[in-house]
Amino acid sequence: MKPVYKRIIFLVAILVLWELGGRLGLWAEIILPSPTNVFTAVYVGITDMTLVYDLIASFRRLIIGLTIALVIGTSIGVLIAKSKTADDTIGSTLLAFQSVPSIVWLPLAIMWFGLNDQAVIFVVILGGTFVMALNVRTGIKNVSPLYLKAAQTMGSKGIDLFIRVIFPASVPYLVTGSRLAWAFAWRALIAGELLTTGPGLGYTLQYASDFGDMSLVIGVMIIIGVIGAVVDQLIFQRIEKSVARRWGL
Amino acid sequence: MFIAINQLNKQFLDKDKNPSTVLKDIDLQIEKGEFVSILGPSGCGKSTLLSIVAGLTEATGGEILVNGTAIKKPGKDRGMVFQEAALFPWINVLENVMFPLKKEMSKSEATEQAKKYLRMVQLSNYLDHYPHELSGGMQQRVAIARALAMDPEILLMDEPFGALDEQTRSRLHGQLENIWMETKKTVLFVTHSISESIKLSDRIIVMGTRPGTVLTDIKVDIPRPRDKHKEAMIKIEEHVMSYLKKEIDKVVSEELNHETSI
Ligand SMILES: Nc1ncnc2c1ncn2[C@@H]1O[C@H](COP(=O)(O)OP(=O)(O)OP(=O)(O)O)[C@@H](O)[C@H]1O
Ligand SMILES: [Mg+2]
Repeated sequence: MKPVYKRIIFLVAILVLWELGGRLGLWAEIILPSPTNVFTAVYVGITDMTLVYDLIASFRRLIIGLTIALVIGTSIGVLIAKSKTADDTIGSTLLAFQSVPSIVWLPLAIMWFGLNDQAVIFVVILGGTFVMALNVRTGIKNVSPLYLKAAQTMGSKGIDLFIRVIFPASVPYLVTGSRLAWAFAWRALIAGELLTTGPGLGYTLQYASDFGDMSLVIGVMIIIGVIGAVVDQLIFQRIEKSVARRWGL
Repeated sequence: MFIAINQLNKQFLDKDKNPSTVLKDIDLQIEKGEFVSILGPSGCGKSTLLSIVAGLTEATGGEILVNGTAIKKPGKDRGMVFQEAALFPWINVLENVMFPLKKEMSKSEATEQAKKYLRMVQLSNYLDHYPHELSGGMQQRVAIARALAMDPEILLMDEPFGALDEQTRSRLHGQLENIWMETKKTVLFVTHSISESIKLSDRIIVMGTRPGTVLTDIKVDIPRPRDKHKEAMIKIEEHVMSYLKKEIDKVVSEELNHETSI
């Protein structure tokens, strides 16, 4: 049986058990609302546009934050790959920063920017930057010496060598870096939104929880999970695979 | 003399920072248009020598003159083909061959030039393929076209057919011989294979190992195509073999001694 079918059957089975458990009174609706109620809550949220606005707001912050993170991350990565001094100083500090969940920066960000979009975007940027920088650095350092030698015998050096050989040769690492940056940024975004003002998926999650709307809480959780999985698998993993194939990895 | 290698020495530092001599007092004169093979046991420094001629490795002593000018850096006067094709996987076949041409000519000229050399290696039908879609032999032909495209005076080849199967290899021998006769390049060709060197070259430089030195310099005076002169080829093969055998025995006995001393 194809993995896709197994996955679908598994999901359907869980939904059925979940629905049945509620109907048979194994747990109270307030503890775990049934799938039909969750579905209704999401449906209502979409038709009255509140969830749609949340999604738009969340994605706006994500795209701004992630773009800035990728640009800064790539620049730092190139710098620490090319300069020994930068690597010894900035490079080793990056590892320390990378091991701190970026959400811990939020209190500071709120002090600096206020309880607003900018604070969340700041946290998103921090979430994506370091992992991107580290991957770009690895990519540049791992360029096959054979490519470099071949290019040199063809008269390429300096900036030309960097633009035409070193950078394209590290594309597989750039893709992996972007995928991980997205994953970290997405988590940072939702965490940041939980603690700030709306609209936004995280904010609505918090809001629904405050008002005891468990159906909406679970609905938003599912939306967050589905978006995370879909972007990762349908976009990034596909690009990663096709790049790996062409680059002969 | 077109290429003059004078008293060339090369030492590498080993793990304990002790210098170990890889090439010792290499003297070699090569004329324009000659096809010269360098033959020798593994580890004798053939690749190192070629890499110094290419300008990719620095010598520790001596000099290499091309047309009277000392070589310090890589340059477009010397094209290099490696054992692995070293094509760039992110661009297609045509763009790979155009790589060395980008700066010095217009795009349309570069395209024409690249196509010309791809025709020469009979790959005109694969212009827009990517390297991973080609067989090893085809990749190697693209690499040859790429080195030829910048029209170098010297073509350096480091076991270019080493990784290929026997049939492909023998077909490429024919193609390389034709290209050489057509373009009049000076070729320095590193190989493990005695028959390959006899089939292709005007001269065979047999190298000895530890340290790498020139043992002998054999002229191959057999009319081309050489497949028709089997006996003459076998005679030279025996001659070369007598030199190589001593070297290989030396390597083997050194290794045995090394093992027993451990
Ligand atoms: N960068 C390096 N640093 C230290 N030692 C090196 C380096 N490159 C080569 N050597 C040593 O120099 C010697 C000659 O190497 P080289 O690759 O030139 O041999 P070769 O004749 O091409 O061998 P093969 O036929 O196996 O390709 C070897 O003993 C190798 O260990
Ligand atoms: Mg070698």
